Amino acid sequence: MAQKKFSAWQYMVLLLIAICGPLGDTFLSRGMTSYPSISLHHPGSIIAAIFTPWIAMGILLLIGFFASYLTALSWADLTFVLPATAFGYVFIALLARFWLHEPISLERWIGIVLITVGVGFVSQGPSLTELPATGAQSGAIHAAAEVLDGEQGK
Amino acid sequence: MMLAHSTSLAETHPGPWAATAMIATIVLASTVGEVMIAAAMKSLGDLDEIRARSGLMGAIRAVLSRPLFFAGVTFLAFNFGALLYALNHLDLSLVAPASASLTLVTNAIAAKIFLKENVDRRRWTAAVLVCIGVYFLAH
Repeated sequence: MAQKKFSAWQYMVLLLIAICGPLGDTFLSRGMTSYPSISLHHPGSIIAAIFTPWIAMGILLLIGFFASYLTALSWADLTFVLPATAFGYVFIALLARFWLHEPISLERWIGIVLITVGVGFVSQGPSLTELPATGAQSGAIHAAAEVLDGEQGK
Repeated sequence: MMLAHSTSLAETHPGPWAATAMIATIVLASTVGEVMIAAAMKSLGDLDEIRARSGLMGAIRAVLSRPLFFAGVTFLAFNFGALLYALNHLDLSLVAPASASLTLVTNAIAAKIFLKENVDRRRWTAAVLVCIGVYFLAH
């Protein structure tokens, strides 16, 4: 595995993943619960919901999350990025505790400690597996990529 | 009477096998989607370098030129649909922690097999710790 150090920008991308994903979900949830009930008979109300401040902010944050997630996957392994993503759960729980003053049960504190220790574990190791010159893809994924690229070329 | 009672229960609360099938579908679709997207991004190379070379639009074009990326996004969209379906039939307190935590472990297995990532003892430990942690936190 490659033992390379992350730049400040790459740390920033990992931080954006952990913050934007759960925060975007929370904003969407906050926006949808305060929005009047949506009926399938009035699809226009769904479109109108997108332009309410909470939902619009939630969508922007989730776009930021996906862009950061794709960027991180281009220079780090999936098994490195995913635990870092889970750190967002801790972020949200702490935000709920210290900003919204919601109580956190013992079970949740145990969860926070386990995720923090897990993320600490993975962050101490290398971030990327160096593969032979044949490329990063292999096996079934490589075959799938060839088939899909072939279809695109047609 | 008993039969009528059990039928109405079966209609409102799916049995353990149906619940397992719903959660398994969510986990499987998410794992396939994540691995496909990871493979697409790995085959592209460092996206930050592409952005520095060809600008933001160049980076977006590079990502959108990968069919594997679209296949991955399709699986993630299916995963989202499966999640909504499961939430319609099962409790959020079961679906959210079970699917989120199991996905971490199945992704580690799939990344080792299909992406040939070096999932060493450190990463297995991290995946299991985060998996249990997410379960506790989301329950």
